[in-house]
Amino acid sequence: MTIRRPANGREFLAGAAAAIGVIIIVVAITMSGRSVALLNVSYDPTRELFEEYNQAFAAYWREATGQAVSIRQSHGGSGAQARAVVDGLEADIVTLALEVDVNLLAEAGLMDANWRDLLPNRSAPYTSTIVFVVRAGNPKNIRDWDDLVRDDVAVVTPNPKTSGGARWNFLAAWAYAESRSGGDEAVTLDFVRRLYANVAVLDTGARGSTQTFAQRGTGDVLIAWENEAHLTVGEFGAGAFEIVMPSQSILAEPPVAVVTRYADARSTATVAEAYVEYLYSAVGQRIAAAHFFRPSDPDLVDPEALAAFPAIQMTTIDHFGGWAEAQPRFFGDGAIFDQIYLPAP
Amino acid sequence: MSAEKAFIPPDRQRPTEAPPAARAVSLRTRSPVTEAVWVRALLISVGLAFVVVFLLLPLVFVFVQAFKLGFGEYLAQLSEPYAQSAIRLTLLVTAIAVPANLIFGIAAAWAIAKYEFKGKAFLITLIDLPFSVSPVIAGLVYVLLFGAQGYFGPWLAANDIQIIFAVPGIVLATIFVTFPFVARELIPLMQEQGTGDEEAALSLGASGFRTFLFVTLPNVKWALLYGVLLCNARAMGEFGAVSVLSGRIQGFTNTMPLQIEAASKEFSRTAEVAAFSLASLLALLALVTLALKTFLEWRYADRLSSAGQSH
Amino acid sequence: MAHAFSLSRLRKPSVIPGFGLTFGFAVTYLSLIVLIPIAALVLQSASVGWDEFWRIATDARTVAALRTSFGLSLIAALVNMFFGLILAWVLTRYRFPGRRIVDAMVDLPFALPTAVAGISLGSLYAVNGWVGGLFDFRITYTSIGITIALVFVGLPFVVRTVQPVLEDLDKELEEAAATLGAGRWRTVIRVILPPLVPSVLTGFALAYARAVGEYGSVVFVSQGLPYVNEIAPQLIVIKLEESANYGPAAVIATVMLALAFVLLLFINLLQAWGRRRFGSVG
Repeated sequence: MTIRRPANGREFLAGAAAAIGVIIIVVAITMSGRSVALLNVSYDPTRELFEEYNQAFAAYWREATGQAVSIRQSHGGSGAQARAVVDGLEADIVTLALEVDVNLLAEAGLMDANWRDLLPNRSAPYTSTIVFVVRAGNPKNIRDWDDLVRDDVAVVTPNPKTSGGARWNFLAAWAYAESRSGGDEAVTLDFVRRLYANVAVLDTGARGSTQTFAQRGTGDVLIAWENEAHLTVGEFGAGAFEIVMPSQSILAEPPVAVVTRYADARSTATVAEAYVEYLYSAVGQRIAAAHFFRPSDPDLVDPEALAAFPAIQMTTIDHFGGWAEAQPRFFGDGAIFDQIYLPAP
Repeated sequence: MSAEKAFIPPDRQRPTEAPPAARAVSLRTRSPVTEAVWVRALLISVGLAFVVVFLLLPLVFVFVQAFKLGFGEYLAQLSEPYAQSAIRLTLLVTAIAVPANLIFGIAAAWAIAKYEFKGKAFLITLIDLPFSVSPVIAGLVYVLLFGAQGYFGPWLAANDIQIIFAVPGIVLATIFVTFPFVARELIPLMQEQGTGDEEAALSLGASGFRTFLFVTLPNVKWALLYGVLLCNARAMGEFGAVSVLSGRIQGFTNTMPLQIEAASKEFSRTAEVAAFSLASLLALLALVTLALKTFLEWRYADRLSSAGQSH
Repeated sequence: MAHAFSLSRLRKPSVIPGFGLTFGFAVTYLSLIVLIPIAALVLQSASVGWDEFWRIATDARTVAALRTSFGLSLIAALVNMFFGLILAWVLTRYRFPGRRIVDAMVDLPFALPTAVAGISLGSLYAVNGWVGGLFDFRITYTSIGITIALVFVGLPFVVRTVQPVLEDLDKELEEAAATLGAGRWRTVIRVILPPLVPSVLTGFALAYARAVGEYGSVVFVSQGLPYVNEIAPQLIVIKLEESANYGPAAVIATVMLALAFVLLLFINLLQAWGRRRFGSVG
């Protein structure tokens, strides 16, 4: 037999070409064209809400236009989800926890900077607030924020460094302490420090905290989104948990927006706009209320559904100068939260 | 050299399967080359306790949780659309990643085992590289290449191609983490078998390809199967690498492990069953893998690599 | 021939065909899937500039995460070394009911997906879990929980590296030692353990390397508290998710990669030493 040495170079190239071929095939057979499905990139606590809303919207859309539309959901931490969209997760719609997260998309050129003005109620079709969940019978007799700094109380709340919801929790506590102390920052700081010293588990996300408290049996009180609180009680029965309304809380306005650049590229802009607008309809508002988000237009919702939302005194983010100011002041690296909670590096 | 190579070199399994009397002692005998009964009992208890606490309990717990609300609920959760699509996606990804790495494994083993060339040891080290890279990094590297801000991001966007946050990215990351499995099983075995058989076939006039198909392949088929088995188990279960670049679109880019995580974040009484029922399928896969692996090691020990431990 | 790829100079001549084809395929595939992506990572981390690289790499949070990863992995690997040695000993030297099942079970962590292990361990060791309920301190969400997950993923290594060496060990040496009047304990220490040292160390290093990179199982049992029990892969993911660009994630990943290489080198040296010193290593 002959040793075909001259063929080696060509053989090598043939092998290389085959390898490239294999990889191209691998990529090609799994590549799908742009799908017609809408993609709603959202944060964790809205899983159940959009599960129901998506069906309602699809039915509405079929009725109105005769088109079938399927909606895909992606859930995760609000900030992480925003980053994924910037990095190329082609969302038609974002429904996130914080205004800053949507601003990130606007800064990346994915939508107009004035997105907040495009929909009613500053693009927040529903609002929420921060409440407490305690174990049945309220054995530790927790009534208000003051009880959370007691020595015998273990608190569960997520980490504000990683969780949008946790930042609302922190600011709600801060606002309460501030108004109690008459604006004395040292006293406020001390109150919040004592509260976080009582934290038993600081999860990365709001949903994780709820599970830590409810399913893992950790802690005496959970600081939670109002809707998460109702979910907890609803799923485990009122015999297991109770909701406690603090005397004062904070008004969270989770924004929704169409990611116009992706939606335009995918030719889904019309249906995407209809999707966010329908959230403001009677159906959308009713579904939001059913999942314990406070409807932005309560008149569209049955009065008995509103009974779940007692009026309490609420601070807004504007009190802190908006997220643009609050974020670096409280949650930046080395900022107030780091100073009070994290051990000295 | 790398992390997951510590599978038993199968030839060394043999003695434990049919132990010569002098090698292993039953609990009752006492010879000068064994330990006092209480020492033996203690060591066995400690070893068993370790295995029960760290291995058996987590495994059993998966099934207990999966069937917590009964078999009906178990099946109901597995037939949920998101669970179904996760299963389908995992099967698809595996069906692509494993053959791709199989072809590579055969090519690499052929080049490395049948020839002497400079830099061979280095090439072998490079092949093992993915085992020493954290799965998260395996996902990250593709984000750096194909993300919107990555090196090829703008080009991909301009040409309307989605790699990350879509199935191709998941496949690539899976190929990365399962890259060495087949090659690693084949290389030492084929090195050991040498080139005699092939040379004989070639001198009888067989073509190179026929020689491979009818001489080499039968010699290595069990090692090949062994490698595919391990590659398959890892491909189906990969979490870290795919979680970085999947985008977690339910029903679309959630593989089974990602859907387990997603389900564990659902908030309902059945969510836990949803998560654990999917987990139980993967646990079942692990058990089947172990059973097949043990069977291969037992039945075809001599045809598997004996040098599996050191290259 | 004036071809650019003069492979015949690279290798010794052989009658077997297909070198160019298979070598070309393997090298190209390896480059496209592994080498180029890793080069992109290093390039990306270098593109932030040396000062910025150093600032990110030595940032308190990065250092803490690396310390957590490497520290807890060390504990886990030590646990695995101790119990792995006992298990290998028990499995090769003693007969007992269920031995073969235990032997097969040892490989479970290789076959069981990390997410499955994680979700199971997380519930099992929660304060209201089967095991966690037995203790009056928390396991899930603490460094203990992470360590348990890392023990799980690294469990087979020491067993599987020590087992073959133990089986090949010449029984006559032990008999000789016993004949010469050495007690059993003395024989174990002086005759049996020394040849096992390289394989134990190799198994230990493999378990360590595996644990350092682990992510899937840890995220289910850890709250990932910065500076406290956040592991390095977790920090990479968080940096990727919250930074304006890929720089910080790439820098931390590069540092981890470099440390992993050092570990890899160490393992290779260890095996080379073992081969020289004792003829074979597991």
